[in-house]
Amino acid sequence: MDEIQKTLLEEIAGLHEIPAGAYNIRANGSTSSRNTTANIDIVTKDDKQGIDIIIKPGTKKESVHIPVILSESGITEMVYNDFHIGDDCDVTIIAGCGIHNGGERKSQHDGIHTFYIGKNAKVKYVEKHYGRGEGTGEKIMNPTTIVNIEENGHLEMETVQIKGVDSTDRITKAYLAEGASVVVNEKLMTHGNQYAKTTFEVEMNGEGSSANIISRAVAKDDSHQIFLAKIQGNNKCAGHSECDAIIMDNAKISAIPEITANHLEAELIHEAAIGKIAGEQLIKLMTLGLTEEEAEAQIVNGFLK
Amino acid sequence: MLELIDISFSVEEDGKVKEILKDINITIDDKKFVAITGPNGGGKSTLAKIIAGIEKPTAGKILFNGTDITDMSITDRAKLGISYAFQQPVRFKGIKVKDLIKLAAGEGVSVASACDYLSEVGLCARDYINRDVDGSLSGGELKRIEIATIIARNTELSVFDEPEAGIDLWSFKNLIKVFEKMHKQSEKSIIIISHQERILNIADEIIVVAAGQVKSRGTKDEILPEVLNGNTLEGCKYYND
Ligand SMILES: Nc1ncnc2c1ncn2[C@@H]1O[C@H](COP(=O)(O)OP(=O)(O)OP(=O)(O)O)[C@@H](O)[C@H]1O
Ligand SMILES: [Mg+2]
Repeated sequence: MDEIQKTLLEEIAGLHEIPAGAYNIRANGSTSSRNTTANIDIVTKDDKQGIDIIIKPGTKKESVHIPVILSESGITEMVYNDFHIGDDCDVTIIAGCGIHNGGERKSQHDGIHTFYIGKNAKVKYVEKHYGRGEGTGEKIMNPTTIVNIEENGHLEMETVQIKGVDSTDRITKAYLAEGASVVVNEKLMTHGNQYAKTTFEVEMNGEGSSANIISRAVAKDDSHQIFLAKIQGNNKCAGHSECDAIIMDNAKISAIPEITANHLEAELIHEAAIGKIAGEQLIKLMTLGLTEEEAEAQIVNGFLK
Repeated sequence: MLELIDISFSVEEDGKVKEILKDINITIDDKKFVAITGPNGGGKSTLAKIIAGIEKPTAGKILFNGTDITDMSITDRAKLGISYAFQQPVRFKGIKVKDLIKLAAGEGVSVASACDYLSEVGLCARDYINRDVDGSLSGGELKRIEIATIIARNTELSVFDEPEAGIDLWSFKNLIKVFEKMHKQSEKSIIIISHQERILNIADEIIVVAAGQVKSRGTKDEILPEVLNGNTLEGCKYYND
């Protein structure tokens, strides 16, 4: 693995070296290294690009890293990864995609991640998307995440895209059975001419299910963001979505929340707020000796932390 | 030394000019503890903002240690040694108490001394250091953190805008001690805007600002009786009736 690939890995997965536990590192269109454990198996799909990650029921305190890196300009790929997480598991999955584009041709990674989370299982899923490179070629990522959670299963998803992705269309869908819950924390920043669309669709089908979708976004320069959240309550359930966005420069942001109750005891809330950085926040930090630019950076970094 | 020379400040409201400060002349000598008091809306906070550079005077000059800082930015004044604790402290999403103290005291500050600043204002550091400076803090907690950041900055001139507001009685006693200590131990000047007799009592000098002007200034023995008798409101028909 070369230096560029190493930096990408560090950015998206915080990895300085080969991770402990199970992993599958995909570089420039194919698996570059893999490790499985007694409880976690990783199998290459034979009908299409991608892998199956199979985690035995009852597996606790284990992690799987499945980073994807593209360091050659001009690669376009579509990858299907399926996660089969057995009942009663408690595991962490770290995905993420880093693109370094040093050329003129576009680099694009599209991924469809499908989760089958068993009864009473707890999953933490972290994904980071990051782009860099001195080339003029576009860096595009379109991640789709489909989550099926069985009775009393739980997913906590952290998704971060802070820099360098020119265009993204992110879709996250979740289907919740009785007592199942999902919490999503999204952090998104766009700059330059970037475009980001992010869609959440949650169906709470089981009694006592719950969903909490929290998105914090900053749009700078001439970038454009669209946030869509559709939450449907089909049973006694609790759903909440929140989009909190800072707009800067000439950016554009739309937040389109939609909540649908098909059951008397569905409790659904959506909140959306878009605004520029409060002048008094800048002033306060300037009275501590920061320049306006430094103050702005502090506020944005804090907001996205 | 801070010198405000013929400072005026006006704003335009509905096409009419509204004078908020008129010909203010104040000198604050080094190591002095000066209290500014006066009726609500008299112009005290506006004056503080003019010192910090948040508002620019429409006329007049400000000198800090002999240097003309009238056109200087907020940032440069802060770097030169002016601090301002807001009357209404600002809330931030995602900035922690720790971060704010670091920004105030400089990168090098240790967690231990950051905690000391919080203890000074009566906050248990362990409970607060990692909290966000956001809507989850109570008004009094936020106010104390604001004061702690100014103590942490430890600059030549500190301006506190109604530090007592929202602080409970017990903590208020300790807060007075903090200001007394600051005054005794350091070579710095302090301006406190306040309505509290107990704070006015410990000042070297009291300045009364009303209707945008300096009404009077002097020692507490000269000024307190006047303030407590309500003479500063003599011009107001409503109160006289
Ligand atoms: N930018 C502005 N535009 C219009 N009016 C203003 C502006 N800034 C201040 N004022 C007015 O100027 C007057 C002085 O306000 P200031 O906040 O300085 O009073 P204060 O003495 O600090 O009062 P308090 O004791 O209530 O804090 C008030 O009448 C206020 O409404
Ligand atoms: Mg005031």
